[in-house]
Amino acid sequence: MRLTRSILSFLAMVAMVIGLGLSTPVAAQQGAPINPTARSVTEDQLLNALKPGSAAEIGGRVTIPDAKSATLIRPAGREWREFHQGTMHLIGGIAILGMLALLVVFYFTRGKIMISGGPTNRTITRFGSFDRFVHWTTAGCFIVLALSGLNITFGKTILIPLLGESAFAAAAQLGKYAHNYLAFPFMVGLALMFLIWVKDNIPGMIDVQWFAQGGGLIGKGHPKAKRFNGGQKMVFWSVILGGAVLSVSGWYLLFPYTAGGVLNLQFWNVVHGVVSMLLIGAMLAHAYIGSIGMEGAFDAMGSGEVDLNWAKEHHSLWVEDEMKKGVVPAAMQPAE
Amino acid sequence: MARMKFLCDADRCIECNACVTACKNENDVPWGINRRRVVTINDGKPGERSISMACMHCTDAPCAAVCPVDCFYVTVDKVVLHSKDLCIGCGYCFYACPFGAPQYPKVGNFGSRGKMDKCTFCAGGPEADLSPAEFQKYGSNRLAEGKLPLCAEMCSTKSLLAGDGDIIAKIYKERVVKRGYGSGAWGWKTAYKETVAI
Repeated sequence: MRLTRSILSFLAMVAMVIGLGLSTPVAAQQGAPINPTARSVTEDQLLNALKPGSAAEIGGRVTIPDAKSATLIRPAGREWREFHQGTMHLIGGIAILGMLALLVVFYFTRGKIMISGGPTNRTITRFGSFDRFVHWTTAGCFIVLALSGLNITFGKTILIPLLGESAFAAAAQLGKYAHNYLAFPFMVGLALMFLIWVKDNIPGMIDVQWFAQGGGLIGKGHPKAKRFNGGQKMVFWSVILGGAVLSVSGWYLLFPYTAGGVLNLQFWNVVHGVVSMLLIGAMLAHAYIGSIGMEGAFDAMGSGEVDLNWAKEHHSLWVEDEMKKGVVPAAMQPAE
Repeated sequence: MARMKFLCDADRCIECNACVTACKNENDVPWGINRRRVVTINDGKPGERSISMACMHCTDAPCAAVCPVDCFYVTVDKVVLHSKDLCIGCGYCFYACPFGAPQYPKVGNFGSRGKMDKCTFCAGGPEADLSPAEFQKYGSNRLAEGKLPLCAEMCSTKSLLAGDGDIIAKIYKERVVKRGYGSGAWGWKTAYKETVAI
């Protein structure tokens, strides 16, 4: 019968299926043991795959909204720590203490640079009130920024033993606010300084001659110079370029969500630290030569009126230009 | 001396995120901060694993090394804690931490970093144990009550272990020997420069 045959064949199929179903695990047990982790990720494998310098993170997927937390392990923090606790201190120490030592040596060997012709009692206007306002706004901000910044690097070593933990933390907190807020007038000051002084700070052949003659710092004599000499142009450009780098890196540190990840923040922090240490060193030299290092120099940014002989010695070509323009040196006001 | 550690057995973690939730609730963690999170590696691929991660309470902790106000301290149980009274919210511990543990509530200006917040191993902070001030700043202090961190205590698959590093390493090793496989003690090499030998 057809029906009997089909029932029989159906039963045979069922038997085969059951048979297979029963026999399969037995066969597997006889073969290689099951290792459910044969293809699983291991930490070693992931750590080894990290190449130094690349985006050194092990990450995955998280279900919480904070996407940053998808990073599981980020060994790059170690290099940053190494830099911050070691190299950074070294760079800062060399730049600042080294510059101070140089200046002391310079002061005792070269001495204060005097006006060779002696002071006259006639003055010429070197910086107007706006120039001085811009200079001192930027300089004042820079001093607070530098001190509060140095406090972050060196404060705990130097000041915690003196002030104690709580007082130091309170001071550091104030320093952080000062650093955050004064960054903005500093950046405005930088931009204004660039605008008002860039036209007189374009490097030229005259600066090469100035450096060739030691700038009047080494040896005697006064090389010719226009409104700004070679050394001042160096100061100008290190402030403008250094300040620009500090502004950009500082901006990212101030607004960390714009930097695109911790690795970038580490990078900008290193840039910010190194450039500021170097700039602080450079500004120490600038402050020295603008005050105790040279007779008559401070007046340029103090009252804005410099002694005519000082101007003729340090900025001969500028004085000639001013005279041609019809500027008449004023007689010094007698002291009251 | 015992060192308190976390160990996440990735072969057991089922990514239920209960540790994340328990931590938030137990410690009254501020909005936007997760002291613990579960990260899934190779999601959707064969061999994917989920790992629950928080502060690992490192030996020679990088956060403490770079802190400009020295606000970190280590308890007798070798738990790495910090003082929110001293913290100035500079973000340096966040740059240095290999586990992304330090986080900052969004308060104030600019980068809006308030006082740093991170996992305390349910051990509170520098205030008197179990005081309201301690709870308000750091959350619960289960260690003072003789209990272990809640994330690990309530883990449904006992994937997340917390406690004396030697003991939890032993438990993990026994598991690995018995079942014949294990994907390692995640984060230990980075945190303690040692791992659980299998």
